[in-house]
Amino acid sequence: MSIITYREALNQALREEMSRDDRVYLMGEEVGVYNGAYKVSKGLLEEFGENRVVDSPIAELGFAGIGVGSAMVGLRPVIEFMTWNFALLAIDQVVNSAAKMLYMSGGQYNVPIVFRGPNGAALQLGAQHSQAFESWLAHIPGIKVCSPGTPYDAKGLLKSAIRDDNPVVFLEGEMLYNTKGEVPDGEYLIPLGKADLKRAGSDCTIVTSGKMVLVAMQVADQLAKDGIHLDVLDLLTIRPMDVEAIYASVRKTQRAVVLEEGWEICGIGAQVVDFIQRECFDHLDAPVLRVHQADVPMPYAKGLEKIAKPDAAKTIAAVKQVMYRA
Amino acid sequence: MATKIFMEALSPTMEEGRLVKWNMPEGAAVKSGDVLAEVETDKAVMELVARGDGVLRKQLVAEGTTAPVGSLVGVIAAADEDIAALVSGAAAAAPASAPTPAATSAAPAAPTAARAAAASGAAAPTPAASVSTGPTRSSPLARRLARESGVDVGAIAGSGPGGRVIKRDIEAVLAGSATSAVSRPPSAVSVPGADYTDQPLTQIRKTIARRLAESIGPIPTFYLTAEFDMTRTVEMRAQAAGMGDEFKVSVNDIVLKAVATALAAHPEVNAHWLGDRIRYFNRVHLGMAVATDDGLIVPVIFDADQKGLREISHESRELAASARERKLTPEQYTGSTFSVSNLGMMQIHQFTAIINPPECGILAIGALEDTPVVVDGAIAVRKRMRVTMSCDHRVIDGAVGARFLQDLRRMLENPLMLVF
Repeated sequence: MSIITYREALNQALREEMSRDDRVYLMGEEVGVYNGAYKVSKGLLEEFGENRVVDSPIAELGFAGIGVGSAMVGLRPVIEFMTWNFALLAIDQVVNSAAKMLYMSGGQYNVPIVFRGPNGAALQLGAQHSQAFESWLAHIPGIKVCSPGTPYDAKGLLKSAIRDDNPVVFLEGEMLYNTKGEVPDGEYLIPLGKADLKRAGSDCTIVTSGKMVLVAMQVADQLAKDGIHLDVLDLLTIRPMDVEAIYASVRKTQRAVVLEEGWEICGIGAQVVDFIQRECFDHLDAPVLRVHQADVPMPYAKGLEKIAKPDAAKTIAAVKQVMYRA
Repeated sequence: MATKIFMEALSPTMEEGRLVKWNMPEGAAVKSGDVLAEVETDKAVMELVARGDGVLRKQLVAEGTTAPVGSLVGVIAAADEDIAALVSGAAAAAPASAPTPAATSAAPAAPTAARAAAASGAAAPTPAASVSTGPTRSSPLARRLARESGVDVGAIAGSGPGGRVIKRDIEAVLAGSATSAVSRPPSAVSVPGADYTDQPLTQIRKTIARRLAESIGPIPTFYLTAEFDMTRTVEMRAQAAGMGDEFKVSVNDIVLKAVATALAAHPEVNAHWLGDRIRYFNRVHLGMAVATDDGLIVPVIFDADQKGLREISHESRELAASARERKLTPEQYTGSTFSVSNLGMMQIHQFTAIINPPECGILAIGALEDTPVVVDGAIAVRKRMRVTMSCDHRVIDGAVGARFLQDLRRMLENPLMLVF
């Protein structure tokens, strides 16, 4: 085991997969000479050369489309978006090309591509650069959506995503890149579509993913002091969602809170609540509550931004409410 | 300055109290220390005294109504003081308590009607399920737990938001330590034309039920064993048989007849435990355990106390035969109010039988045995028989069961009594 950053974990995953399979290449803005806007691709240009690590122009739709086309003819591109806010410009290639090609070609063209980059808010980047898009992307049949919150999960999931024969959207976090965690020294994979029970408790389930996993773990630590023991279920992959893991946990704890980074309306939590109410109705002792970003564009002002974001205090309040301990 | 009258904890273990009687009417002048009302706690009837001076402006709980400790039961205030806020707040906080005595006296009509409908709907005297009296908020989990454990969600005051019954309320009921008040009109409910009287639980009954169930499981059973001298019964049976085949009955038939007759005199053991109340039956429907190849079944001799020995003998033989041939209809094996199990014919000296809920008692009959006993100072050989009564302590106390057995003994030791 080594303790490395989330950034280094992604870098290792890319390096290992590029070494393992010479069809894998990385393309995006500043990924080469500059080593990546967040240094995820550090050293890769040097190691693999210009054919495998390609600096693109500032043209998201264009390089995403080149990625899809190259995947259709046998390569395995990893397309880095500087952030998912910028990827809105490329959404046609993600939604209409990558997600649809296998279906509309009658199975002739699969698209083994990974679109990756930071998602969600960092600190004071303003409304246009502080958005969490997982529910947009998870809405689309034909793509898988991963949202790891720890270095261990980031590395294992990215390797699986690159090896997957169909499009995978990989959501990272600017605030996560510097976080550290234990990662095994040898190779390992984390399967797509499987949730991970990060902590086992008996009193309430928190369903979450990505950056919010760290918040949930903090909440679990804090509430344990009050004698409330949480199941923290990290979805890891948002689509396809590991519903059986959700059911098992909720049937055990009989209460749930869904914690997500994005907005409320039609958010991931709405879908999780829907699954729970259908399959766990007779097990619920309280309505399932959600914690999410306030239903506003992310404020730039520091104080307002803090209020708008989902956090530990809001999550604790929700847990206490479903525990009838508010 | 208004003074709120609360249901006070008048005993250390009291969780709720029944307001037995208001000692003064609304509008009466009250001085601090005056006895306002009599309250039945889990131990005794105690006095609720005024904690302030003024006029008893409002009685928020009707006589006979149970209220949890700490709930508002009345208001003392100056004659012209506005107490509307206090009174409406109490109505919201304790929805079970009707705001005026007039409304409360009308309230029992609804459950009574519901029970009457349930009773008249069932042609056979099937024990009616416990009846909910209105919509209750409850979590899905609470409803499932209640269903699985036979708890009536409607009878529980929920501790969740808006009175929602949640898991912990069900668990509290199952643990027998319900902090949530079950608020029902506590006077006995006699439905005209019905075969029973529903008696809401008194505080002491509730405490007994809770404490004993905690000790020994869902049905806190105890056992009373007695040995009866059956010599006269055996002689009477022989004499009757000598009069011809139409007078031939078994000793068991005579025991059944005696049990039915004793039950008619002791409705306090001829009862069903219904969770929030005890149903005392005016009729005796005697279950008789029959062993079949498939297992035990308990057909019922309806109105056994009204039937003669010959009829009981005939019916018990028919029922036993039908049971062994698997021909019993459900009406023939449901609705018993008390049961008898006899293993005497298999030379069982004495045994304990398991209560068939919601019944509260079962009598286990042992073998007739020639036994040396002291009669009038000398040893004599007598026909003796041991009976053991299993009693649900939530309903039947030791002395109550013992009195029933005393009467049964008198009848079986002097079987001529059965003729009268």
